[in-house]
Amino acid sequence: MARQPVLVPDSEGAGRFLPWVIAVMTFLATLMTAGALATDTAIRGWSSALTGTLTVEIAADPDADMDARVAATVTLLRTTAGVRDARPLERAEIARLLEPWLGRNGLIDDLPVPRLIDVELDDAAELDIGRLAGRLAERVPGARIDDHTAWLDRLVHLARGLQFLAAGIVLLIGLAMICVIVFATRAAFAAHHDVIEVLHLIGARDAYIARHFQNHALAMGLRGGLAGLALAALTLLPLGYAAADLGLPVLPELSSPPLPAALLLLIPAAAALIALVTARTTVLRALSRMP
Amino acid sequence: MVRFENVGMRYGRGPEVLRDISFTLDAGTFSFLTGPSGAGKSSLLKLLYLAQRPSRGLVTLLGHDVSTMTRAGLPALRRQIGIVFQDFRLLGHLSVLDNVALPLRIAGDGGPRVRDNAVELLEWVGLGEKLQARPTTLSGGEQQRVAIARAVISKPNLLLADEPTGNVDDHVGYRLVRLFEELYKTGTTVVVATHNKSLVNRFQHPRLVIENGELTDVSGVSRVS
Ligand SMILES: Nc1ncnc2c1ncn2[C@@H]1O[C@H](COP(=O)(O)OP(=O)(O)OP(=O)(O)O)[C@@H](O)[C@H]1O
Ligand SMILES: [Mg+2]
Repeated sequence: MARQPVLVPDSEGAGRFLPWVIAVMTFLATLMTAGALATDTAIRGWSSALTGTLTVEIAADPDADMDARVAATVTLLRTTAGVRDARPLERAEIARLLEPWLGRNGLIDDLPVPRLIDVELDDAAELDIGRLAGRLAERVPGARIDDHTAWLDRLVHLARGLQFLAAGIVLLIGLAMICVIVFATRAAFAAHHDVIEVLHLIGARDAYIARHFQNHALAMGLRGGLAGLALAALTLLPLGYAAADLGLPVLPELSSPPLPAALLLLIPAAAALIALVTARTTVLRALSRMP
Repeated sequence: MVRFENVGMRYGRGPEVLRDISFTLDAGTFSFLTGPSGAGKSSLLKLLYLAQRPSRGLVTLLGHDVSTMTRAGLPALRRQIGIVFQDFRLLGHLSVLDNVALPLRIAGDGGPRVRDNAVELLEWVGLGEKLQARPTTLSGGEQQRVAIARAVISKPNLLLADEPTGNVDDHVGYRLVRLFEELYKTGTTVVVATHNKSLVNRFQHPRLVIENGELTDVSGVSRVS
């Protein structure tokens, strides 16, 4: 004997659109999460590139002994706590940096090019950059510290703000999804009220009745969630390739840290889980009003 | 088996539709519940099949005090009670066979004997040919017999029927009551609610007469103080 389901799924009413609604919501949540994760990758890239280093620039002065000024600066830097290493850039290196603008024609030898010193820090927090700047100005005329951390801080701040915004939007999407599922489940419950009452009166436990609704919600949540994920992949992958050409992070790195990419796969799973738990809770609450 | 003491019942915040109901039913007895339309027969049955809880008084069913029982304990008790609803309440999307097997499935029995049991019962009520039919394609009398088969498949200790003779002629009604009699002889307590006085008079069974929410006659049924 074929085992028919005791409750027929509500294919007429609100339940019919539920997978689509869940698909759209999963799509949006996945985009938001991908954006937040890509921002994270970007922040890490900037930070590792920029923190722990500074540049000291000594303005060109045709009347001064620039090599002496560079040597004095390097000595001072190397004796400062928190500095791991200070390395003056050779003229040749500076020339190579400027090559795109000046060409390879020896023009640089005639120009008053400032001298640069790359400084590697042990621990950026340990170093009092203000004091170092003061001491440098005292000893070496024309020396200036280019500290990227202030700029970086503001950039990171902005990026973190955007991430919070994305997290908030994902949260709102989740709440909206819960509301939609509550309404759809209540509609299905009302549509099947007669059948449910019979089941209840002939001794079905609440969990038995709830199971039919939660399984159905789980199936719809999975279908909708996977459709949303597929949609998001179709959107993100071309965008990611286009951005990779520009060196911009759009996708979280799919290869190196596997965690962020896995996080995106969790979103449809979360949608299905939300559908299941919400439907179950809604039905159990409705049943608890029956004696 | 069944014991009511000064029971009152109301729907929501409405007036009491049952007042001061007191009686007991012993195991393996057959009783009629009669009275005019609107008197409260269905309401009293709802107390018996636990669709309503009393608003006052004491209801004891199958050894359990219903008024103090937790909600979680009720399903197990309901499984010992068979109900034939006035409007049958068969599930339209299930076959006749699955409808009859439903109480056992709900109780967690998925075994192969469930089917044999259901087939046997459907043959008993004369529907052995209609196992796979949908209830909606059956006549009213046939649906009623499916409802009876569903009510008895779990061998209930208490069998309740609400107007089982409502939409059948007297002859069929008589045969139905004889069908229920087969059950009480096997130890089930049977209560049949009907306003059909002439039918009740053809049998010697005790009767509870209810009028305007109160028991007015309990001939043959023990009345508790
Ligand atoms: N669900 C309900 N909500 C509120 N009042 C109800 C409800 N069901 C019944 N009543 C009221 O309770 C009273 C008794 O109704 P009940 O259905 O028990 O009568 P009955 O004896 O079964 O009548 P009948 O022979 O017509 O089936 C009536 O006054 C009715 O209006
Ligand atoms: Mg009635």
